[in-house]
Amino acid sequence: MDYLEYLLDPEHWDLAVNGNIPSLIVDHLYYTVITLLIASLIAIPVGLYIGHTGRFSFVAINAGNAGRSLPTLGLIILLVTVIGFGLLPVVIALVILAIPPILTSTYAGLRAINPASVDAAKGMGMRPLQILFRVEIPIALPLILSGLRSATLQVVSTATVASYVGLGGLGRLLVDGLALNQYDRVIAGAVVVALLAIVLDLIASGLQRLVVSPGVSGRALTRTSNKPARSAPEAAPAAAG
Amino acid sequence: MIDYINGNRDIILRAFQEHLYLALIPVILAIIISLPLGYIAVRYKKLYYPLVNISSILYAIPSLALFLLLPPIIGTGVLSPLNIIIALTVYSVALMVRVVADGLNSVDPAITQAATAMGYRRVRRLFSVELPIALPVMLAGLRVATVANVSIVSVGALIGVGGLGALFLRGLQLDYLAPILVGIILSVLLAATCDIIIVLVQRRFTPWVRAGGRA
Repeated sequence: MDYLEYLLDPEHWDLAVNGNIPSLIVDHLYYTVITLLIASLIAIPVGLYIGHTGRFSFVAINAGNAGRSLPTLGLIILLVTVIGFGLLPVVIALVILAIPPILTSTYAGLRAINPASVDAAKGMGMRPLQILFRVEIPIALPLILSGLRSATLQVVSTATVASYVGLGGLGRLLVDGLALNQYDRVIAGAVVVALLAIVLDLIASGLQRLVVSPGVSGRALTRTSNKPARSAPEAAPAAAG
Repeated sequence: MIDYINGNRDIILRAFQEHLYLALIPVILAIIISLPLGYIAVRYKKLYYPLVNISSILYAIPSLALFLLLPPIIGTGVLSPLNIIIALTVYSVALMVRVVADGLNSVDPAITQAATAMGYRRVRRLFSVELPIALPVMLAGLRVATVANVSIVSVGALIGVGGLGALFLRGLQLDYLAPILVGIILSVLLAATCDIIIVLVQRRFTPWVRAGGRA
């Protein structure tokens, strides 16, 4: 495919040239990381609180649906029109989109825990915070992480769209390429964004394996029993956006 | 906002209609495609993980990138609505294959054995026993796919097709909130309506769930 010439041209990978692909990737990752950090700082504690206490659970249940049904592009453009162009409205929009999957899956992870485990911890004399950090979070971790994984995909995807209102990152190749009618540039951008999203998703799934305790993921069982261990509940599929 | 709606009724209505078919045709196509694929994934266990993994990779591709990657691959024009329809079908199938397979897998083996003992052959057992029992799981996946589609369609506006998304761009260009709000509200309402319809379908076709029986 001759469309890929732009992508393979070494000049576009040269760090000294303005608008080179590596620096666009770095920008894209930068937006993704700040957004996920802010969203996690809000959504994980709230999700833990709702899941642990069972109070306000309607918030967590409905957040997922509300987040999925909000049109991404509309939200970004709304915030840009209200606040003005810049990084702030875009990051706010991205955070708003990243919170629901993290919140919902944190809540769901805590709710899915067998009450007997929590009772056992209580019986052993653990205090509420100890139960939360030593029992509930480790058991809920697969679901919490899969929520983070969906949020990551959604942010990468939406950051691409946000280039339309001036955000940097890989979306620039798509938006500028379309505006200038340079289709090779568009294709290069689309290929790199797609690959970046896939690679991030693979890294996230690898990380999920690494951090989840073997007892929770079921991998520990394979050593002692002949029965193949059932894999950990891999939870709701990630969300495209 | 009322003034905007009154003055632009035709534009809003046309954008809404376009949004409706761009979002829902892929859902219908995805149901047709993912049912046999999901069944194959359950029937031939070796295919389960490849199918599920390919699905999750396809689902990871950002929508704008997929819209723009399709033209050179399938030979459509950049501005063709087909790109949006095919991309959303890909997403919906990717999501639904796994859900159909998991739904069929969730059927208690004792039930299939009972059906076999009653003389049901494979095809009839699938349609009159396994699929109805798997329906709640499959419809839950369909809800996610439908609501996500309705929201993603608007991104298509960036490449010139995209129903209500066109209202967002108009609002941005004119620095005018009314079309943006109208677009968001209609899009959310459409997603909610589709969601409620699927829930009603589920209630109608799985009466045993409400009766307190085992699904």
